[in-house]
This record gives sequence, C-alpha cells and structure tokens, in this order.
Amino acid sequence: MTTGTNVSRKMAGTAALLALAAVLPLAVTEPSQQNFLILILMGAQMGVAWNIVGGYAGQVSLGHAVFYGIGAYTSTMLLLTLGLTPWIGALAGGLVAAAFALAMGWPCFRLKGHYFAMATIAVAEIMQILVTNSDALEGAVGLYLPMDQSGWGVLIFLSKLPYYYVILGLLVLTVLVSWAIERSHIGYYFRAIKDEPEAARALGVSLTRYKLIALTVSAFLTAMGGSFYAQKEMFIDPGSVFAGTISIKIALIAILGGVGRLTGPVLGAVILITIEEYSRTLFGSTGSGTDMIIYAAMIILVAVFSPSGVLGLLGDLRRHLPGAKPAEVETSAKEIRP
Amino acid sequence: MHGGTFGIATPRVPLTPALSPGGEGDMPLVKSLPAHPDRKKGAAMTADILFQVLVSGLLIGLIYALVAVGLTLIFGVMDIVNFAHGEFLMLGMYASFWAFALFAIDPIVALPLTALLLFAVGVIVYQTVIRRILKAPMLSQIFATFGLMILLRGLAQFFWKPDHRLIPHSLVSGNVAFGPVQFGLPQFVAALGAVGVTGALWMFLHRTRLGTALEATAIDREAATLMGIDGQKMFALAWGIGAACAGLAGGLIATFFPIFPEVGSNFILIAFVVVVLGGFGSVTGAFLAGIIVGLIEVLGGFLVGPEYKTAIVLSLLLIVLLVRPRGLLGKA
Repeated sequence: MTTGTNVSRKMAGTAALLALAAVLPLAVTEPSQQNFLILILMGAQMGVAWNIVGGYAGQVSLGHAVFYGIGAYTSTMLLLTLGLTPWIGALAGGLVAAAFALAMGWPCFRLKGHYFAMATIAVAEIMQILVTNSDALEGAVGLYLPMDQSGWGVLIFLSKLPYYYVILGLLVLTVLVSWAIERSHIGYYFRAIKDEPEAARALGVSLTRYKLIALTVSAFLTAMGGSFYAQKEMFIDPGSVFAGTISIKIALIAILGGVGRLTGPVLGAVILITIEEYSRTLFGSTGSGTDMIIYAAMIILVAVFSPSGVLGLLGDLRRHLPGAKPAEVETSAKEIRP
Repeated sequence: MHGGTFGIATPRVPLTPALSPGGEGDMPLVKSLPAHPDRKKGAAMTADILFQVLVSGLLIGLIYALVAVGLTLIFGVMDIVNFAHGEFLMLGMYASFWAFALFAIDPIVALPLTALLLFAVGVIVYQTVIRRILKAPMLSQIFATFGLMILLRGLAQFFWKPDHRLIPHSLVSGNVAFGPVQFGLPQFVAALGAVGVTGALWMFLHRTRLGTALEATAIDREAATLMGIDGQKMFALAWGIGAACAGLAGGLIATFFPIFPEVGSNFILIAFVVVVLGGFGSVTGAFLAGIIVGLIEVLGGFLVGPEYKTAIVLSLLLIVLLVRPRGLLGKA
C-alpha cells in the first residue's frame, strides 16, 4: 500500500497546508481574528500532544491539565524569579512535566481503562488544590508576567502576529515528534499496546515502559503548550491552567477529530474552537447554555455514531460516494499498522 | 475562578464544565463546624468536638452512599462508568424545586414523584444513547456519558438559568440537639432517607425476583441471558434505578443545599471515590464506603483544613486504586 506517489502526495499536501498557514495572517489582519487563529493552533497543539498517549497508546488521560499547568507555572516562575528567558523556561517546564509524568505513570499504569482515567483526574485535581493553596506560587491569586518588557527575549509581544508564528512553530514541532513516533517502531508498539495488550506482552513488549514513554513525551509537549499560554495571556492562575475543564478540552479535541491519527486533533481543534468562539457571539449571552448544548450534542453524536471521530465520518462518507476509491485516511491507517 | 481557557473574553460559564468540586458553586454540604479556637495552638480536641465532627461526617457520608449506589449498580451490571450521574442528582433537585415553586409540594412529600421522574430519565438515557455504545470502545463510552453530563447541564442552564436557588421553609428545618452534638434537621432527615432508600434497594436486589435477575446479570451477563433473563431489559432497569437513586439523593438534599445547573460537580468525583473504595458493582460496599468517605472528608477537613478536604478524599481514591483496586467488597 505504501506507494511512493501516495507518500509524496501527502507530503506535498502537508507543505501546501504549512505554506497556507504561514501566509494566512497576511490575509487575516484583524487582531481578534488573528487571536482566533492562535486559539485554533493552541488547541491543535494540545490535541496532537494528547493523541500520543491517548490515541496511539490508547491510555485515556483526563488529567492532562496537570502537565499544562506545570509548563505554565515553571516557565513563568523561572522568568519572574531568575529572569530566565521563556525559551529555556518552556524546555524546563517540559522536563519537569516529563519527570512528573514518569513519577505519576509508574504507579498509575498498573491501572487499566476507566481506572487509569479516574486516577489521572484525581492527580490533576489534587495538584490544582495544592497549587491553589500554595503561598510560594501566589495561590489562587495567580501570577502576572512582567508588563514592562517585550520582545523575542522575554517572548512577550504587543501584537498578535509574533504569537501566531511561535505557536505555529510549536505545533509543527509537536506534529513532527508525533509523526516520528508514528513511523518508528515505538509507534507500532504503542498501537500493539492499545489493540492487543496481551499479545504485545507475549511478544516481549514491556507495556509499562512504552506507556511511560508515551505519557512522558506527551507531557513534555503539553507543558510547552502551557508555557505558551502563559506568555500569550500574561497571567496564569490555577483555574486557568490546572482546571479539569482544560483536561477535558485537550482530550475532546483529539476525540472529536479522530484519535490515533495525526490529522485528527488538528481537525478537532478547528471544529471545537470555532464552535466555542462563535456560539458565544452567535447566541449572545454566555451562560444561556446553548454553547454547551451544541458542544455536548456533537460529543454524543461522535461517541455514538463515529468512534473514530469526524475524520472517520469523512472517511465513511467518501466511501459511500458513487464510484469512490477506498478512502485515503482508511488506507493510511492500515498501512501504518504492523 | 474559571478563566477563559484560551479566549480573550472570560465566559461566565465555562464551556467545558469542571468535573470537580470547587469554583463558585462549592458550598459546604454540612453546616460548617465551628472552627476550634485552639486548633492552631495544637491543643487536643475535646471529645465533644470529635463527636460533632463524626456525626457530620456520617450524615453526609450516607448521602454520598446513596449517590454512589446508583453509579455502582450501573457499572456492576454493564461495565459503564456514568459521568453524568451527578446530573441525575441535579435533575432530582430541580424536580423538587419546581414541585415546590409551582405546586407548593414539599421536597420530602415530592420524593416518590422525583424517583419516578428520574427513573424515566434513566431509562430514556439508556434507550437513546447508552444502548448504542454497549460494544463501543471505552473512549466512546466515557465520552458519551461525559457528553450527557455537559448536555444536561446545558439544558438546565438554558431552561432554568444558572442562578442558585433555594427552597425556603421546607417541612424540615432548624436544628436538633443531642446533648452536646448539634446538627440540622434537614441533614438528619436526608441521611435517614438515604439509609431507607439504600436499604430498600438492597432488599429489592436480594429479595425479589426482578432484583435477583438484575444481580444475576451483574454477576455473569452471559449465564443470566442463558437463564432467560433479558439483558437489555436489565440494563434499562439498572439505569432507571441508578438515576432514581441519584434523583432521590437530590430531592433529599434540596431542603438545605442550593440548587444550580452545575451542582452535580460537587458529587461526581466523590461518588467515584466511594464506588472505587466500595468495590465497583457492590451496593453494600458503596454504602459502607460512603460513610467512610464522609467521615474522612469531614475529619480531614477539620484536622488539615477545609481547603484540602477534596484533595484528601481524592488521595484516598489513588491509594485504593493502587493498593486494592477491587475495593472493600468488589469482585476479584
């Protein structure tokens, strides 16, 4: 199935998409519109990062906010106390989150399915409570980034445009890592763990080891997304980076688009962030519940009718078109299977 | 409390509602204990205060037990974790509220009605959504019930506004004193009701034909089907009963707890802890675990500080999951 033309066509498509993303701000100059694009890229980045452990390895984490928050708080604290540039701060945040993922995954990966998901919720909630009550981290008050500086050194900008390119770069990095994993033997192991854990174990694949790799890489990338959030918003508090709502959103983006596929979370982010931003303006008053209803209806529909997300739905549609070739997404999913 | 996750505008109501207790809606379930004046000085707490704490923990623990028995019943019968369980409780509270506001029926009197209504909701939820995901991957199952949770909250907000509502002057109000120990009559009646309902459920499961069939399905689905038990019917029944139990818990606490669309978030995580501690699927286990969790929450809040009580309960969840995943009375 792995024909040269297929691969090169896909690469051409990716390059075209990237070029489009790079010049998009030239057409979209309104700051609020640019902000909307940034939100989509942020959502896509967290979704792709989650997908590594939740999609490929099939370990559903509903507590990814813990890594997001660790990233945001680490880079911000390093900037505030040591004046360390967020470029290094974000890497430090990633490392702290990765270490936390190892410490948390070691015991938690003894649990399967629902139990693992619940444990991740519990860990994230406990962390939020601890940070909220920590005086050293300013507790519930939150942290402000320095308002009097700007530029590439402190990664604080007055306009939206630089943020757009920074998050685009981070998304590309995240996608590349994810793609490299998908193509490598680690990716095969992940999918084996997800689909046939017993068989994988029988073949000598250490389940815990590869689950830990998945969680650690995912945590590292998620934390970098958290650092970016802090730089962009210039203010963080436990409610904005450690909340259960963030964990849910991270997982939802991937699930809505289609788990276990590289493009799924990107598509999911486009859909989810668009609904989120526009239902607010469309239906006026927030708090009427309309946005929640639309959002929930979509989740339920995808869960009930298309476990493989919107991407799977598109694949189904394409197959049902008269005279259609087998859907490309489907073959690509099979071709990467061991 | 909840900042906009990404946005410039901070929505008043987060789109993805918090699973957790906390936030604006966090209210003490039990009348908050008078802070012991000597606590910080490390003085020993008196027997009276300890007793007061234990009674408060017991009262709220029984409510937790009632919320959790429905959750554990559903899981036991069909291996699905219902993230929308707190919303059944929320609907129960609103049923009581509207019965009171529109027809002046007291929440306590309205209980049978609330139970029937929520039973119907549970069966409808099963027939429309859950039935279709029985064989779906776990991820879809989690997100189907999770979507239900958000949907029910959204609908409640749409129809009934995000305001906090209270039922004033219920039949049960005021305080009761037993020697040095004081507690609210509403809390006491709610706990008593919780014991009654849980007891009735136990009797139903162990003493009636239908209940035994349900138990049999929980123990071995295939064998039960071979014995002529209709699995689909049992699943629907489990959802009906589970929802009714949560609804009854809602009706019972509606006399003293504020009613709002996200009220379920105060209960769902704790209900998970109770279910895990009691052993997934075990009604008796959930009953015992509810009491234990209530005691630990109140005692922990008293000793360490009320801001940490949820963290303490969640730590208990982690400990149980890691040390004894099958809980107190769960299937091995």
